[in-house]
Amino acid sequence: MIHIIYGGGVRDSMKGDATAKGALQGSGGGLRTSGIAVGEADAVWVGVDVGACATKVVVIDARRDMRGYHVLRSGVDYAAASREGLEQALDAAGVPPGRIRRVTSTGYGRNNVPFADEVRTEIGCHMKGCFHYHPHAATIVDIGGQDCKVIHVDDRGRRVGFKMNRKCAAGTGAFLEETALRLGVDLSRLDSLARGASKRIRLGAYCTVFSATEILALIRRGESLEDIARGLLESVVQRILEMDPLEGTVILSGGVIHHNPFLARILEEKLGREVVVPPRPQFMGAFGAALYALEGEGEEAS
Amino acid sequence: MSTSGLPQRKEFRATARLKQLMADHFHQLDEAAKTGSAKIAWCTSVGPAELLRAMGFLVYFPENHGAMLGATRTAMDYIPAANAAGYSPDICSYLTSDVGAFLRGETPLRRAYGIERVPRPDVLVYNTNQCRDVQDWFHFYGRRFGVPVLGISSPRGVEELSSVHIADVAAQLEAMVPALEKIAGRPLDMDRLREVVALSKRCSDLWKEVLDTARSVPSPWTFFDHTIHMGPAVVARGTPEAVEYYEILLEELRERIEQGMAAVDGERHRLYWEGMPIWGKLRDLANLFMDLRCCIVASTYCNSWIFSAFDPEDPFRSMAHAYTDIFICHAEPWKERYIEERIREFQVDGILFHDAKTCPNNSNSRYGMPQRLQERLGLPALVVHGDLNDLRCYSEEQVRTNIEAFVEQLEER
Repeated sequence: MIHIIYGGGVRDSMKGDATAKGALQGSGGGLRTSGIAVGEADAVWVGVDVGACATKVVVIDARRDMRGYHVLRSGVDYAAASREGLEQALDAAGVPPGRIRRVTSTGYGRNNVPFADEVRTEIGCHMKGCFHYHPHAATIVDIGGQDCKVIHVDDRGRRVGFKMNRKCAAGTGAFLEETALRLGVDLSRLDSLARGASKRIRLGAYCTVFSATEILALIRRGESLEDIARGLLESVVQRILEMDPLEGTVILSGGVIHHNPFLARILEEKLGREVVVPPRPQFMGAFGAALYALEGEGEEAS
Repeated sequence: MSTSGLPQRKEFRATARLKQLMADHFHQLDEAAKTGSAKIAWCTSVGPAELLRAMGFLVYFPENHGAMLGATRTAMDYIPAANAAGYSPDICSYLTSDVGAFLRGETPLRRAYGIERVPRPDVLVYNTNQCRDVQDWFHFYGRRFGVPVLGISSPRGVEELSSVHIADVAAQLEAMVPALEKIAGRPLDMDRLREVVALSKRCSDLWKEVLDTARSVPSPWTFFDHTIHMGPAVVARGTPEAVEYYEILLEELRERIEQGMAAVDGERHRLYWEGMPIWGKLRDLANLFMDLRCCIVASTYCNSWIFSAFDPEDPFRSMAHAYTDIFICHAEPWKERYIEERIREFQVDGILFHDAKTCPNNSNSRYGMPQRLQERLGLPALVVHGDLNDLRCYSEEQVRTNIEAFVEQLEER
């Protein structure tokens, strides 16, 4: 039950490029037309992040600019989702598939992207994407649909450690989905509801199912929807604070912060300092993957 | 990720001998259980097996059965039966899978050896040096079979083992003798005990020697091989067969080193495994690490069958010393020094901690140890969450992503 995944673009005017679509549909596994040298200036690199909930595709050029992007539900056929995502992102970028130089896949379904040249974990890719916007030592927090991660990166862009949440939905997008459903509100309304809260409600439980029970008790007690919504976002932040020390600059990445930017405000309050949210945080994994595709080109030849 | 040209797991010639030894062990027990030709004692893995063997008991190790249930993934059929009978999903999943299999009247011995049921015990003997769960596990069977349960309560969390600790355990061992003599129907022969202790010492020394061959770069074998070849050290220590087996294996390992044969072709990283094996995923994990060109060269778990203290001249005190000096009995600072030494000896460049949901005693990541070791040694550490047997506590994708990301991190160093 995801209602809010979508957006995408940069160059919407290019949508509907028949050439791009045609070339893709006939392409099967490989996308590039062999024997055609793509000049550096025209070339693009692609990152495909097949997440548990959403598939994100980013197209970048040699200047590392995001030329096009697209997000769609991952569904049950990751290969199809990644193809569809690529098609749309290329469309948005106004670039035909023949100009793709290299593709890196990441995310839950990273091994199901038939046209990928390279596979990387989403931990590496979120780090890479965020470091591009903030090239300093930092702590990156990626909150995804199914899991969350805390990644420590040094001032040279190398990870010095990372942690993934334990096997529980608490502190992830899945938790917000489940609880929004329980509250009968559309997931996309949570953020604005939380901003209207007038008091703090603390959700104590460690577990999504128990939290849902707690919410029932709050509803019974007559608490406002706004206060409960804020309580939910606070609990996501709380789960993250429990994972690992958030040292230095904190950068937030992933779909949950993309759709609930108020979460950054809550985290800032808890930490007592500003946190960084890169542009289009939901695409940081795919963007990082595209950067790996660009940088890894030399290695491949060796 | 490409699947062609991946390294292949290399089999050992000695495996045929290993299979025979394990089959003999179980058939002997089955025969005795059916005919009464010998008394049978069930023993915890670091219980007084030497004493039991010296008194003529055939020794059966339920933990080994637990590992078989895990490795065959049948544990998942049985754990729920034990849960329903009042044994919590939060306690040792060796216990719950073993008890569950018993309640269902099944055993992996049937498929492996054509043996219908586990051998009925005449006595159950535990040592709490590993955990309290073994005690409750054995009492379950004590009630079921109506046979005596004897045990040793060992000190835990010990920084340095002292003569007081050893004297305490030695006294408990000696106090057990009259009851065992009564069940065995014969007096303890001290010469025989010395002989068995000498054989156990020899087995332990050889086990250490074979494990130490992994110090070679590249390593001739991996943790995943160790978990298979440790069988004789687990079920047959104190017998000449176990000694003979490790002599054969050692020769083969030395051959591999001479030939420069690597267990993991193109070995790029050498890792340490801390914690229990994830029995039901050994093959998958072995392949994953092989694909990533990583060799797990040493582990606390497999090292735990090294008992350097055995001394035939002083059997009771040395047994007490050996049983109480195992890793799990010690305090955190001791454990950290122990791991640090292995890291140096085996030239390890990353540490993996397995936090096993149902085995707190073998999960050493819960009191800040990975953080302390990382800081002190400057080595990356990773904690993976799983379990020894209960795969309900294991997330394939999470573990894979964590391990792949960890290896990416090692590559960036």
